[in-house]
Amino acid sequence: MKPQALWQPGVALLVLVVAAIFPLVITTGLWTQIGVETMIFVGAAAAWNIFSGFSGYISLGHAVFYGTGAYTVAILAQHWHLSGDAVFWLMPLGAVTAAVVAIPFGLVALQARRHTFVVVTIAIFFIFQLMASNFSFTGGSSGIIAPVLNWDAATFNNPFYYIALIISAVTIGLAWLIRGSRFGLQLRAIRDDEDRARGLGVKTFRVKLSALMISAFITGLLGGLFYYFIGQAVPQFIFDPLFDLSVALMAFFGGLGTVAGPVLGALIIEPAQQYLTVQITNDYLSLILLGALFLAVILLVPRGVIPTLSEMISQRRSRQAGRPMAAVVPPGAPAVPQPAAGRGKEAGR
Amino acid sequence: MGRQIYAAIADGILEGGVYALMAVGLTLIFGVLDIINIAQGILVVTGAYLSYVLSVHLHIDLFLGLLVTVPAMFILGLGIYWAFIRPLRGRERTSMSLLACYAVAIIIEGVLYWIFGANEDTLHASYVTNSFRVFGFYLSDIYVYGFIMAVGLVIALYLLLYRTRFGRSVRATMQDQTAARLIGIQVNRVAGLTFAIGVGVTAAGGMVFGATSGGFTPNSGYDLISRLLAIVILGGLGSIGGALVASVFMITLESLVDIWSPNWAIVVFYVALVVVLTVRPTGMFGRQPVRAQ
Amino acid sequence: MSAALLRTEHVAKAFGGVQALTDASLEVTEGSITGLIGPNGSGKTTLFNVMTGYERLDAGNVYSRDQKITNASPQKVFGLGIGRTFQLSRIFPRLTVMENMLVAGQHRSGVRNPLARAGGPADRRHAMELLEFTGIAGHASALAETLSYGQRKLLELAYVLVTDPALVLLDEPAGGVNPSLINHIAARIRDLNRAGKTFLIVEHNMDFVMGLCDRVTVLDYGTVIASGPPELIRDDPRVLDAYLGTDEEDEDVRS
Repeated sequence: MKPQALWQPGVALLVLVVAAIFPLVITTGLWTQIGVETMIFVGAAAAWNIFSGFSGYISLGHAVFYGTGAYTVAILAQHWHLSGDAVFWLMPLGAVTAAVVAIPFGLVALQARRHTFVVVTIAIFFIFQLMASNFSFTGGSSGIIAPVLNWDAATFNNPFYYIALIISAVTIGLAWLIRGSRFGLQLRAIRDDEDRARGLGVKTFRVKLSALMISAFITGLLGGLFYYFIGQAVPQFIFDPLFDLSVALMAFFGGLGTVAGPVLGALIIEPAQQYLTVQITNDYLSLILLGALFLAVILLVPRGVIPTLSEMISQRRSRQAGRPMAAVVPPGAPAVPQPAAGRGKEAGR
Repeated sequence: MGRQIYAAIADGILEGGVYALMAVGLTLIFGVLDIINIAQGILVVTGAYLSYVLSVHLHIDLFLGLLVTVPAMFILGLGIYWAFIRPLRGRERTSMSLLACYAVAIIIEGVLYWIFGANEDTLHASYVTNSFRVFGFYLSDIYVYGFIMAVGLVIALYLLLYRTRFGRSVRATMQDQTAARLIGIQVNRVAGLTFAIGVGVTAAGGMVFGATSGGFTPNSGYDLISRLLAIVILGGLGSIGGALVASVFMITLESLVDIWSPNWAIVVFYVALVVVLTVRPTGMFGRQPVRAQ
Repeated sequence: MSAALLRTEHVAKAFGGVQALTDASLEVTEGSITGLIGPNGSGKTTLFNVMTGYERLDAGNVYSRDQKITNASPQKVFGLGIGRTFQLSRIFPRLTVMENMLVAGQHRSGVRNPLARAGGPADRRHAMELLEFTGIAGHASALAETLSYGQRKLLELAYVLVTDPALVLLDEPAGGVNPSLINHIAARIRDLNRAGKTFLIVEHNMDFVMGLCDRVTVLDYGTVIASGPPELIRDDPRVLDAYLGTDEEDEDVRS
């Protein structure tokens, strides 16, 4: 458990610095584009993990939030005749819409057991994909084209990159805060034994829905950004089952429920996927590779890279220290703990 | 208008029978293995493509071709179980196997795209275009034959489950896996074979689907699995009778809605799924979830 | 005469065709250590589940100090100061031992801000005291899943005590645990009882029950057939009959 804490702040800072200077150092259009998409996925995977990783409820419908954010920005930009920089200000609106959508989403989906929950999220996803294709205000199956953005072609990708980077960094910080907080503890308890947690007084539905809304907000924010980046909102690309699968894979790969896991997963998997898609023009291969990669992760590293690594490290350390497994040693009769005065209130907070 | 409705109902029942076959396979897999085989949709499409290959390249009759495609799919099912489901262990087994099935589905979809491309294909035969004339309206030959075949296969499944020793092992495992193991049932073998059977029947369903869908592509798997999932959950996961009833009911419903709006017809499945899960989470005939130890 | 901390009246509960509880009426006096025994399948755990809200009963009532708590939710029962453990200890495997303790206490701490650190200094101190009391304080930062079977029982006991419940229901605390640990557990229960806690304990281990409890209630086929001090129960012919009598009570009734 503990080895993580030792190297995390240093590594995190290093990664942040590298990420910050990345587009200034590597300026080829292809790589900065991959950079933008990767940064978006870092944020999306981290956001997904805040809900699914911590609570254990695997959602394969987060594309709903991504798409809602995207379409909200698209529709409002069109409706209010916005263009240029102004469109970016619509992103938070997209995020809020996604968070609001999360409410009926959660009301319906969270009724189900963990098993059927996944299926319900898939069903809701298809409903949204269908609606986007069939309603006129979403532009039907041809979608909505983004307003023109007259930026210098050479550095076009950079602002998108930095916005994504900031969103992702904040999300990761939030994930870290949540993990150590009371809210996070309740979420993780739900993951381990929901009924027991409820029996001990945890407001399970409220906790799950809150996590879902936070997750949806961030995902919607990123969806809006993505829409403006690629310049169009088309149902199959915005409501894409591969989005859900990728985001889940990244979190699983890195380590479900850890803070750094999704980041690692996204940083490794997304560039690899993008690069392969460009190299191998046949993009049906990317389907096969994605599926195969997912299977490999599930079968070989089911707990994810980071937990497996830290387990290996702590095992090696305890072997070096020669520490045996501690046994229970009842030392005579200790005093019965009395309920401490003021225990009910946390001192100093 | 009335005639349209009757035709829709008739078509719905016949098609529902075929879907029942695939749904029963899915619910059986859940009942015995406790996993939801998300890949069932794309496997049906695979069955359709197999029939297509046999029909177009080897000129084998569609129904006759099943003698090849069903065992082939059976073996594929065994392979999938053995390679990707059986090795999964640990607490998260159920979620992991669902994701594994999803991953397998994606891979198969990719492979199908690779081999067959994105164009629409259909299965052709004389009986696909011919139809019976009953009570003043037309029933496609293929629907009738398909329905008869489906009924036959469901009866065969029923006999397998209730008249053979293997079937008894399956039912015992469905009821209580630990107890079954204790009385000597090879649960892994039963699980593998059940999975394979569940996949094998999709070949039959796939053939009829291929002939009646009006054009299928590797992308057709999504619509299929949405329907099957809704049917199986509505009928109650693990309940074969429930799957039968729900299939006929839902497909007939879709058929009726299709008259009014083809684009939105598929929505009845999603809506039904969502409504059922809110109102009666275990479906019509499903098992109760366990709360206390 | 002390008030009944927990009382059931004519409770009935059936699972499908099997009648697990038929007219089960028992009373737990405040300050006592009451044992609940009976042959396999007599309905002991079902009674526990009904009393603590994990199962709904078909008929009858459950009271705590004359307040009706029939079919109250588990969290409500817990909030009234009645804690329980399970036959197969229910701990949170992927949380640390300390975090397990904090989960149990979280709804009592008055903090409004959900993003606050989980468990302030006072909560942690109290948790450590309980962990030291049960003897597993050395594992406070270990993941609960690394604990042995006996250690898990101790953890569950410890976290149930976090909110200082007046009544603790223990489901087979000595089951599958090695003898020295059993004595340790019994000693801790005695300590807590002396400090004012009431216990209701389901157990199969007769030595444990007879040595610890000041009152024993016997359940057979879902009904209370005897109740009294251990010495009397031990020799009661009805009890002996229930345990040794007819052989065909080996069907396991969802216990």
